[in-house]
Amino acid sequence: MSAPQPNSFRTGPDERGHFGIYGGRFVAETLMPLILELEQAYAAAKADAKFQAEMDGHLANYVGRPSPLYFAERLTEHLRKTASGLSAAGAKIYFKREELNHTGAHKVNNVLGQIMLALRMGKKRIIAETGAGMHGVATATLCAKFGLPCIVYMGAVDVERQKPNVLRMRMLGAEVRGVTSGSKTLKDAMNEALRDWVGNVADTFYCIGTVAGPHPYPAMVRDFQSIIGRETREQMQKAEGRLPDSLIACIGGGSNAMGLFHPFLDERSVEIYGVEAAGHGLASGKHAASIAGGRPGVLHGNRTYLLMDDDGQIEEAHSISAGLDYPGIGPEHAWLNDLGRVKFLSATDDEAVAAFQLCSKLEGIIPALEPAHALARVLDLAPTKPKDHLMVLNMSGRGDKDLDSVAAFLESKKK
Amino acid sequence: MSTTRIDARFAALKQQGRAALVTFTMAGDPDYASSLAIAKALPKAGADVIELGMPFTDPMADGPAIQAAGLRALKAGARMSKTLNLVREFRTGDDATPIVLMGYYNPIYIYGVDKFLIDAKAAGVDGLIVVDLPPEEDEELCLPALKAGLNFIRLATPTTDDKRLPAVLNNTSGFVYYVSIAGVTGTAAPDASKVGAAVTRIKRHTDLPVAVGFGVRTAEQARAIAQCADAVVVGSALVDALGKSLDSGGKAGPGTVKAVTDLVAELAAGVRAARRVAAS
Repeated sequence: MSAPQPNSFRTGPDERGHFGIYGGRFVAETLMPLILELEQAYAAAKADAKFQAEMDGHLANYVGRPSPLYFAERLTEHLRKTASGLSAAGAKIYFKREELNHTGAHKVNNVLGQIMLALRMGKKRIIAETGAGMHGVATATLCAKFGLPCIVYMGAVDVERQKPNVLRMRMLGAEVRGVTSGSKTLKDAMNEALRDWVGNVADTFYCIGTVAGPHPYPAMVRDFQSIIGRETREQMQKAEGRLPDSLIACIGGGSNAMGLFHPFLDERSVEIYGVEAAGHGLASGKHAASIAGGRPGVLHGNRTYLLMDDDGQIEEAHSISAGLDYPGIGPEHAWLNDLGRVKFLSATDDEAVAAFQLCSKLEGIIPALEPAHALARVLDLAPTKPKDHLMVLNMSGRGDKDLDSVAAFLESKKK
Repeated sequence: MSTTRIDARFAALKQQGRAALVTFTMAGDPDYASSLAIAKALPKAGADVIELGMPFTDPMADGPAIQAAGLRALKAGARMSKTLNLVREFRTGDDATPIVLMGYYNPIYIYGVDKFLIDAKAAGVDGLIVVDLPPEEDEELCLPALKAGLNFIRLATPTTDDKRLPAVLNNTSGFVYYVSIAGVTGTAAPDASKVGAAVTRIKRHTDLPVAVGFGVRTAEQARAIAQCADAVVVGSALVDALGKSLDSGGKAGPGTVKAVTDLVAELAAGVRAARRVAAS
């Protein structure tokens, strides 16, 4: 990589929220004072040992952390067999079991932090956007636990394809508002949440679900999710006595990936892979791979890679996975891509569904479609690595929510 | 910086002792030709300053009316180069009415900031309002735009307190746009008494004219706002009137231009009534 390398990859963003040219605070004036207030409140909470201790208590007893680091033995053996002709080949594969968290995904790590911050700031009403519904479920869950009203914006298309999560949110007492504007998916849900926030500035806290949006959200969400990487580091030390050799995670906005990657960014020996959703294939134009198929632009409060046409109009993303179906990516990922520190790959709908089936049968773990994209790349990366190579996949969510989608997909392939 | 058409227009109206009517319509809505015909008819109907929306797929600070207008325009083939062309064509028949382009940053960023400023200035654009560029991002477009001789008009809102107001007004030129409600465009009516206090507050910090908008729909509301502000901005009501004039396929009908200009004439009468009352 020819880009000049910083001394550390872990010091961003700068005081204006920039990671290189990415990030920033591209919001309407109405929201600007709120974002500055949030930045100050978060800085104070971050420095407050009592806040951190209280959060650690909830993470242990409510979320169920630490999540295990699991040696996926049968998958490892299976891939060593397929590494034909290379008898010494085939990485040792571990899963970081974020799908075992309360609510079934990594999303809860971030939501807990933000809801505790909202309480500390005296906010009385929580809004959130959701794609697959996992962030919406996590937000509804913590609002129930802490007694706060919760409104979740969800694209009408996603309401349809993620019904079980809609039912869960309603059972938890949240109001789910289907969004019928634009492409009726995650980006439109985010637009609608921002519109709500502009109209309810006095009492409302906007709980963003990924490492995107205006500063300080990308850094704040990353910090709350970094517990994934910190635990992985400790657990790998215990299991193997050293650092892992590679990390791999799926990327929509990129919060599970950033949570795993961030504590390892300055360990130059650790290879890091992010996997975007290639939908029907990158060449088809119907995908959600912002790095592979997009370019830098400004949307939802930050500059980052976006899918758009040559007039700067945002294009719809396409993926079987509602959680990856977003035409952008967190700004810190954009920066790490340009520096070459994280290597971005992609996986198609077909590849993700095949990996989904394989993992279910070999490991007895039904993965969410989102990490199934990362798993698809593990299937061809692992056989190229030596036997003592330690590879960690972030199993960021469980797949119960996706059974209908996968069944319908397989049915459509038969025809 | 040199005097722009915006400065000249506000100075002239001040002499006449009345407020300005600022109209917002979306460039290319419902199609290029109708949109140009509307723009050309606006000054005669009573618009003193013309705001033209630059269509964008994801207008985060706009309500349903303006979102729909942008999508209609895009569907009919709108793009930045055509918006600038529309201004150029307008200018062949009117060299006095100020034109302000309003929208979001991404289409400008992708067009290229330097090229955009050169082309906008050459086309006859006088000012810019870019909703998602707060003072914190002034280096992106605001400072280059001022250097290029364009006005950069900033929004001040009910959440912009006295401490923040100087930062918002710094580098603002042409006029200040006070957003009368904390909300998206076209969703709630402003409270005229609160607006008066807000305008007074802003005027303590600046000599620039203060325009008030977001939620003004009727001649009576326009009159009330014109009593206390230097300009009244009307957008969603005009865009709604246009929307209602379309046929079932979303195409311009025979009454589309008139639907907009009739409402503009009513609003202009409201604005003009205000200072007569104030003067007598």
